[in-house]
Amino acid sequence: MAKTILTVDDSASMRQMIKLTLTGAGYDVTEANDGTQGLATARGKAFDMVLTDLNMPGMDGVSMIKEIRKLATYTGVPIVMLTTESDAERKAQAKSAGATGWITKPFQPEQLLSVTKKVLGQ
Amino acid sequence: MKTADPREIFQQEAQDLLVQLEQALLDLEHAPDDSALIDTAFRALHTIKGSGSMFGFEAVAAFTHHVETAFDKVRQGTIVPNRELIMVTLHARDHMRQLIEAPESADTAAGEAILAQLQRAMEGGAPQAAAAPAAAKVVVDATWRVRIRFPRDVMATGTNPLLLLDELRALGRATVTPLVDDIPPLDVIDPTACHIGWDIVLTTAQPSTAIEDVFLFVRDEMTLEVEAVDAVVPAARLGEILTERGDVTAGAVQAALEQQKPVGELLVKDGATSPDKVNAALAEQQHARREAAPAAPGAAAKANANSSVRVPAERLGELMDRVGELVIAQSRLRQIATTSADQQVKSVAEEIERLVLELRDTTMGIRMVPIGSLFGRFRRVVHDLSRDLGKEVALTMEGEETELDKTVIEQLNDPLVHLIRNAIDHGLEDPDGRAAAGKPQQGHIKLSARHAGMEVLITIEDDGRGMNRERIRERAEERGLIAKGATIGDSELLGMIFQPGFSTAAAVTSLSGRGVGMDVVKRTIEGLRGAINLSSTPGHGSEVTLRLPLTLAIIDGLLVRVGSGRYVLPLGSVEECVELSREEDARSRGRSFLNIRGDLVPYLRLRELFACKTPADPYQKVVIVSSGDLKVGLVVDQVIGDHQTVIKSLSKLHADVEMLSGATILGDGAVALILDIPHLVAFGQVREENQRAAG
Repeated sequence: MAKTILTVDDSASMRQMIKLTLTGAGYDVTEANDGTQGLATARGKAFDMVLTDLNMPGMDGVSMIKEIRKLATYTGVPIVMLTTESDAERKAQAKSAGATGWITKPFQPEQLLSVTKKVLGQ
Repeated sequence: MKTADPREIFQQEAQDLLVQLEQALLDLEHAPDDSALIDTAFRALHTIKGSGSMFGFEAVAAFTHHVETAFDKVRQGTIVPNRELIMVTLHARDHMRQLIEAPESADTAAGEAILAQLQRAMEGGAPQAAAAPAAAKVVVDATWRVRIRFPRDVMATGTNPLLLLDELRALGRATVTPLVDDIPPLDVIDPTACHIGWDIVLTTAQPSTAIEDVFLFVRDEMTLEVEAVDAVVPAARLGEILTERGDVTAGAVQAALEQQKPVGELLVKDGATSPDKVNAALAEQQHARREAAPAAPGAAAKANANSSVRVPAERLGELMDRVGELVIAQSRLRQIATTSADQQVKSVAEEIERLVLELRDTTMGIRMVPIGSLFGRFRRVVHDLSRDLGKEVALTMEGEETELDKTVIEQLNDPLVHLIRNAIDHGLEDPDGRAAAGKPQQGHIKLSARHAGMEVLITIEDDGRGMNRERIRERAEERGLIAKGATIGDSELLGMIFQPGFSTAAAVTSLSGRGVGMDVVKRTIEGLRGAINLSSTPGHGSEVTLRLPLTLAIIDGLLVRVGSGRYVLPLGSVEECVELSREEDARSRGRSFLNIRGDLVPYLRLRELFACKTPADPYQKVVIVSSGDLKVGLVVDQVIGDHQTVIKSLSKLHADVEMLSGATILGDGAVALILDIPHLVAFGQVREENQRAAG
């Protein structure tokens, strides 16, 4: 069974790049374009991993992570955030909200894959 | 007992040395700088020369002398072991074998020719020595003491500590000790929290930053201490390690030492430290000892380290027979003991049962040999074939440590050689063909072995062109093996290649394609009570799987009764036993399958098969047996229980009875027949298909 990954990002090009990279490696990827939609999708189905941007309109990444961690089905599910070098404060917030790890933008597809494999234990 | 002739001992010893030499040479081809390999090769040559002249093998000694001289130069670094030299030495090795096995019939001219080639190879090897091999990159292993404590909620936020430990272990050789002191009592434990810490001693070539990188995402929340263990001191005392780790004060150690008891125990008793910490330190001590043990240079050297006693195979066979008889006698004793009222007899019988079973296992263990000894021979086969056929072939092996009965291993050599030849000759494309198919030029053959229950699975995989199903069908139709256009299952179609005289090769090469062999392979495997399976993907390669029993001599069986006869089913193939209810029994009359919990399983009524006249038991039982992926239910009168079975083969008269694979003697002295499950399953499946076709 392919591992399922929910990717949440307001940038369509970023989502596209993530989707191409992960589907190419055999993962099953579902997209959401902001925190509200991401949370709703996560409520409807238990994914194996969540990959989210932090800076999004509407519900931002940190709040979404906080909400997702309240769901019983998401205890122990890795949540990886996309962050930038300059955003140390928000990264810390997301970490205490329950994020498992991070990928610093800009990143190469290989970095995305290696972090995904790391947190999924593959 | 006869005294062995030293000449014979030399011959045996020399065979082993020649094998070591061959392995070392083949390895040298890929690692020409490996001094351990060069030493192994040189030592083998040196011993053969020395012992040879002592035991009257002068020709061997004289011939080997020249090869030894060449390798002495290699050892001193004056010539490099290039391909040519290795090739000539391999030829020389073969010639030495001839000289040892049959000194009279050896071809001296061939020997001279090899020596001349050797001379040329040595001259060719010299100039290259000037372009000295690039300084080998030296990576020094360091040992680290890693201490990790995660925050309690680490798992809730998606980090799995076990994955991180696995990642850490992948860096090198690690000894992991869990620290369990902090686990609360069961009634107050929070199962989602991480209460365990870990102490790890890791020996790795990676820098310490690699260790920290593993914990990148949790680095800020966790405690991670990475500390270099200065030198691996194998003899370091427990007290010293504990003090160095900062878990105990030196004074406490001294106080404990003065009491002359295990230091760890005392320190814990005195409250100086906890049992966990002592365990972790003990683990470090053992890790250090392991690391300090001299690294084995190559597999050959490893084999040398296991001291062993050489015993003639027939003596082992005799021992096995005796143990077999003993097992039978013991089961008679057990039967008497169960009906006896004498408590002492009962207890002695129990004791003997335990001992006999242990003796049986030990004896079987003696016969078990790692399959690597067989696999090792194929490297040469692949090496020679790839050269003869102009194909580049890489051979990888897996599961060489898997153990199998020696007699089984010996009989596997020819079938496996044949399968490997087929894979290289028919399976792998030539370099141009591979390039055209977008594959790497070098073909890949993978040999692997693993245990599966009471069986060993051996697989030969290639990444070649796969089997051509159209060609097989064409040939099978030509030969009248199947009707034109008939529908036939894929595995049945592929199975056609096991028909005698079947070949699809367009041109007969010197090696294969004459259609002899695959049927012999199949017969040999079946003779070993094994089975053979094929699978193949066009363009991607083929895979042949051999399933073999662990041993030929003894099996654990399930004893059943059909009519008045008793039969043994090999326990490894028994899936389950279910009761046949009267309704199901009545419903299934005239049908070819039984409904077992919703699964349709074809069945055989053994009463009908064996034409039993006695009245059937009112409650029949079904034993579901499997062979490969297929299942069949066998309807029996009674399931008696498990039974240790020593297999006695049937007489020649009964050799062609396909349903039976042997016989055994029961505790009461009666004979029980052993059912041949693969044949019964095949029979059941075929009958079901026929009935379905007819209905």
